[in-house]
Amino acid sequence: MPATIMNKVARLLLLAVLANPAQAQDDDGIFSHFKAERLEYETNGGLQLFKWDVQHWIGNDEHKLWLKTEGDYAGDQGIFGRADLQLLYSRNIDSFWDFQFGARRAFEPERTYDAVIGFQGLAPYFIEVDSALFISENGNVLGRLTLGYEILLTQRLILAPRIELNLSARDMQNRAVKAGITEFEAGLRLRYEIEREFAPYIGVDYVEEQSLLEHQHSLRGVMGIRVWY
Amino acid sequence: MIRKSAKLLLAATAVYACFSGGRQAAHADTYRLAINENTIALIGRPQAAVLADGSLPAPTLHWREGEQVTLRVTNNMQRETSIHWHGIVLPYDMDGVPGISFDGIAPGQTFTYRFPVKQSGTYWYHGHSGMQEQQGLFGAIIIEPIHPRQPVDRDYVVLLSDWPEADPHRTLARLKKQSDYYNFQKRTVGDFFLDIERLGFWATVADRLAWGEMRMEPTDIADVTGATYHFLVNGQTPAMHKTYLFRPGEKIKLRFINASAMTHFDVRMPGLKMQVIAADGQPVAPVAVEEFRIAVAETYDVLVEPQTERAYGIFAEAMDRSGYAHASLTPRNDVIAEVPPPRPMTLLTLAEMAGAHAGHTGHVLAEQPPSEPANPHAGHDAHAAKADPRAGHAQQAAEPGTHAIHPLLNYRDLQAVTPEHALMGPPDREITLRLTGNMNRYIWSFDDVKYSDAEPIRVKFGERIRFTYINETMMNHPIHLHGLWQYLDNGNGMYNPKKHVINVKPGQTVSVEVLADAEGEWAFHCHLLYHMDTGMFRKLIVERAADHASHHHE
Repeated sequence: MPATIMNKVARLLLLAVLANPAQAQDDDGIFSHFKAERLEYETNGGLQLFKWDVQHWIGNDEHKLWLKTEGDYAGDQGIFGRADLQLLYSRNIDSFWDFQFGARRAFEPERTYDAVIGFQGLAPYFIEVDSALFISENGNVLGRLTLGYEILLTQRLILAPRIELNLSARDMQNRAVKAGITEFEAGLRLRYEIEREFAPYIGVDYVEEQSLLEHQHSLRGVMGIRVWY
Repeated sequence: MIRKSAKLLLAATAVYACFSGGRQAAHADTYRLAINENTIALIGRPQAAVLADGSLPAPTLHWREGEQVTLRVTNNMQRETSIHWHGIVLPYDMDGVPGISFDGIAPGQTFTYRFPVKQSGTYWYHGHSGMQEQQGLFGAIIIEPIHPRQPVDRDYVVLLSDWPEADPHRTLARLKKQSDYYNFQKRTVGDFFLDIERLGFWATVADRLAWGEMRMEPTDIADVTGATYHFLVNGQTPAMHKTYLFRPGEKIKLRFINASAMTHFDVRMPGLKMQVIAADGQPVAPVAVEEFRIAVAETYDVLVEPQTERAYGIFAEAMDRSGYAHASLTPRNDVIAEVPPPRPMTLLTLAEMAGAHAGHTGHVLAEQPPSEPANPHAGHDAHAAKADPRAGHAQQAAEPGTHAIHPLLNYRDLQAVTPEHALMGPPDREITLRLTGNMNRYIWSFDDVKYSDAEPIRVKFGERIRFTYINETMMNHPIHLHGLWQYLDNGNGMYNPKKHVINVKPGQTVSVEVLADAEGEWAFHCHLLYHMDTGMFRKLIVERAADHASHHHE
């Protein structure tokens, strides 16, 4: 079995390097998918944030290299609130699911490395799921769960509710992280798909943050674009 | 123009056909085709196309049953090409599938195909390399029978196809990233409330939950739709007003060929009864219909006899109703038939999906479209044929063709004209092939294994194999076997029709029998281009047994 996987990976690399042979049935092609689910400006008057949520994968049906980055930048203060980059190997394990593992590099608020393990896919009732456990250097376990859904008002006008949950198993003094739900986000975005690949949107986000230092919640308006290719 | 005027003197007398714009018929033993990359402006802006002799569609080839054809195909492109002669029985190394029958035609090279023509009827040819078929590399083949059949006054090719706005590789990439990319008929919030009005609140909720649980859409009829496709008749969009001329009282044969990459069409000619006389090139007992569905890669010959001096539309709606091809059968080129009003698409049903999941319901024998009136003979026919094929024969002799007009052609209506006695008795081998796929990730397969991961299917020369296709997906799959006929088991026994493409509907189970009478390696696949390209493909090897065991067989 490992030999088969090694074979597959070798073949994948070979295919990536060689020109595409013009066979009638080349069903093992490499595709590459960039998707900025959210590129947005978020504000509630006082606060002014630029946020991004971008993923990019490259690979064939079974094996993919998957990059994910999320973060926010406070325009008025000129600082990053949070920014991280994940580099994952993603394996298709079921019709609707990928198993993923790899590493996360957090740049803000602290520079840290975590190991990542998670599942991404489509749950019954068309719920988009992106889940991950982050195991920090000192052995703490953090979690992130994102659920998304789409409601078609028309074929191109789409209302997309979204929930993101960030969790921690323990307190982490160095990151000011408090055990439990560290961040909860519930959003509603209304996008218009000018093209499938290009959709501006407006929406609202309710954000609740809990750290060792403070607890805050706020309702924010967002506007942005969803773009992929 | 189409009929051969002079007898062939010598097979060695090579007459070189000159194809000018593909309109001209060619009567010769040797044909040349030059494959080029061209730029065409079919839809108002320049697009890349792969064409034979610069023509869309490629030139119609006229062959004669019994002749030895030589086809010299020159590749003038920078990439490999190939031509496959669809539905033609020939030596496997002439079949034109790169990686199976030969190495393909390299840039700058000429490949010479040479084979005897052992059949007659309507067929077609197309590229079998990459996406070249989708880029315009397809044309009609008409083979005149040795013994001419009933004469007609006019004989036309109606070649249907789907022309994409985007490069086909890009289309495939989009499907891989978002498989419902081209579906702009999905159910909206508005439909939800309409359904509540129609069905009631709980029934609607239950319906949405059932589809949601499967993560499927009942509007998912076609993967690639009119959102990117322009539908063509002989290379012309509806706006180009393709016309076929006739005079009232004439008998006209229309040879429908579906050269689409992805589109099944529902074809009708409002105001005219169509008599289906051949399917996939093979004569069938005439069936009068108001409408027929033509799956990708199928051909149907149809007779019409318009009596009135007016234009009749040839209207081919895409199965998902996202667009149509249209032409006119008209007494004058400047008189164009009206385009009929659009019809709503037929959604997939949960029952079909139940079939797909259980895998054993909806056998072709049980299939009957709800719109069809009860035919008192149908059940009897099927029954008799099942019990004793000769009973089916008697039935058929007593009833040459059906006089009632069927609103819709059904596979069950297709009955061969000449019996095949080899279909008697039990088959030598039974092979079940599940038609499988992952719509979400856009991966298609047989038995859940893609071509690149699969072993070939091996059968012995001379065997009779019964294939049972179980469609476990929600899409139609037109299954094409190269080099060998598939005898569709539709209950007509020895009169089961032989086809090169068998369309298997969502959730349906269909059996066919194959007489492995052609040695070699054959492609066996779903003829939806993007399904074939993503793995719904097998190699079928017909081999002579090395030991003496085969003698017992023969």
